[in-house]
Amino acid sequence: MSAMHEIRNYTLNLGPQHPAAHGVLRLVLELDGEVVERADPHIGLLHRGTEKLAETRTWAQSVPYMDRLDYCSMMCNEHAYCLAVEKLLGVEVPERARYIRTMFDEITRIINHLMSLGSHGLDIGAMTMILYTFREREDLMDAYEAVCGARMHAAYYRPGGVYRDLPDSMPKYKASRFKNEKTLKQLNAAREGSLLDFLEDFTKRFPKCCDEYETLLTENRIWKQRTVGIGVVSPERALALGFTGPMLRGSGVAWDLRKKQPYAAYDKVDFDIPVGKNGDCYDRYLCRMAEMRQSNRIIGQCIAWLRENPGPVIVDNHKVAPPRREKMKGNMEELIHHFKLFSEGIHVPEGEVYAAIEHPKGEFGVYAISDGANKPYRIKLRSPGFPHLAAMDELARGHMIADVVALIGTMDLVFGDIDR
Amino acid sequence: MSAKPELLSKVLRSLFGKRLKSLAVSRGELTIEVAAADYFEIARILREHTGLNFEQLIDLSGVDYSTYANKPWQGKRFASVLHLLSVTHNWRLRLRTFAEDDDFPVIDSVCELWPAANWYEREAFDLYGILYDGHTDLRRILTDYGFVGHPLRKDFPVSGHVEMRYDAEAKRVIYQPVTVEPRENTPRIVREASYGDVGHA
Repeated sequence: MSAMHEIRNYTLNLGPQHPAAHGVLRLVLELDGEVVERADPHIGLLHRGTEKLAETRTWAQSVPYMDRLDYCSMMCNEHAYCLAVEKLLGVEVPERARYIRTMFDEITRIINHLMSLGSHGLDIGAMTMILYTFREREDLMDAYEAVCGARMHAAYYRPGGVYRDLPDSMPKYKASRFKNEKTLKQLNAAREGSLLDFLEDFTKRFPKCCDEYETLLTENRIWKQRTVGIGVVSPERALALGFTGPMLRGSGVAWDLRKKQPYAAYDKVDFDIPVGKNGDCYDRYLCRMAEMRQSNRIIGQCIAWLRENPGPVIVDNHKVAPPRREKMKGNMEELIHHFKLFSEGIHVPEGEVYAAIEHPKGEFGVYAISDGANKPYRIKLRSPGFPHLAAMDELARGHMIADVVALIGTMDLVFGDIDR
Repeated sequence: MSAKPELLSKVLRSLFGKRLKSLAVSRGELTIEVAAADYFEIARILREHTGLNFEQLIDLSGVDYSTYANKPWQGKRFASVLHLLSVTHNWRLRLRTFAEDDDFPVIDSVCELWPAANWYEREAFDLYGILYDGHTDLRRILTDYGFVGHPLRKDFPVSGHVEMRYDAEAKRVIYQPVTVEPRENTPRIVREASYGDVGHA
């Protein structure tokens, strides 16, 4: 009997129900003591067959499914889908709609990063982080609500533009047992004007909020011990593994679709791309933090432009977008258009396109094949989280089991878009 | 931006010549199609050639062409479509290859060239049943453990074949044939080419 027989790797099942699994990740870890030898993520527990469903719905009906992919950055998903449909149709989106989309993409980026930073902090011991980030996230959720009526699943972007113009008023807090006159006045102070006034107030407040987050984390010794040197990816390896977004920029590759292949109004706004140096979790955290400040800058520029330039927000082509409701009530032609559009749907010319946007998590792409019918022939959704999680095995190898949690946090995983 | 697909297609034509089964630039995107036998070799050149530098595999997806345009499809049924990106040159390329045999679709794996292909090929195998030759770990990925069939094939019903419920007598979750009635609210219609022409608003 030698002692050698007693040494055995330990297999641990992390998830699918685990607070650090960010949803429904099942991770089978092979451990040597506390060191990870192999990580095998099992995904698909949230698979809803969005791609199959999209094949059986008309082109317009699939827009709300896109919200439910990455449910932390709803409008960005819609944006990629709408871009794909517009590219197939060959329609030009009105400029005001482009600016609105740019603004809401950046709002969405902040929403996503706040969620990601808060929960990343929560996972690796910075409890308070999420309390701070959710405070600002709430305001942006209210902006969502003001513009489309829903706090999360917006369905605001439509092929051809956006559903409607920005509202002139904001929803306000009402008096209750818990809110006295004074608190109410404070809460509603920024909500007296239009949505743009509210957002302008937000952009003025937000840089200071970012400073608060940074005070909590950036120089925090525990935070640095948990993230510096964890999950290091070289730029070459990041490219080979299909990384995009902050995961790629954290490794020092200055690649951002908003700059390199501009869409919406990104070629008309001024912003910088933050890149990391070492490609570890800490650098990726810094990238996300800096990105939020840049997003704030973009929102400010969009607000200024949107104030000055009124105009249509959806194409005036009734084969693509519905006619105005007033017109529809009194005009036969418009009524027919409306009816055909919402029963049979848009007929999209035959062809195939790939439309990609810089989603908060990376490159979100929609590969759409149309055979000329009122429904897509094939929709393939390229979600950024999918290749990131695929690299889990490579990143986790040799790290401690607690670092796996840090890796899940840095990858910013959301299973809605990985499982589709 | 607009000159890029033309420039790239010129390079590809001179490099691959007859090995390209088709090359098309449409809506500013370049698509090439190659035979399954040439697929791996061409992918390797696309990755390694210094003038092309497709260092990133953005997406790999399976496609089932069997009911295209609501008509019986004449060509081969299953295709694997790659979306490649060159960060160096800022250009994109779509590479398509059809599997030779419809009943036993096999395509070479490109995992060796782009490690990112690993999960994408597992996904295409899971959803379409395309086998990737040379893939070291071709397991199902998105569907349930013990799932039968390939759900994104066009002959697979949207409601599936089995449903699961808790059985009070057996005291466990059981599978049973689906009780959902298939339903299509909006029929799938392919109109004449000029019908939905957005140019004639």
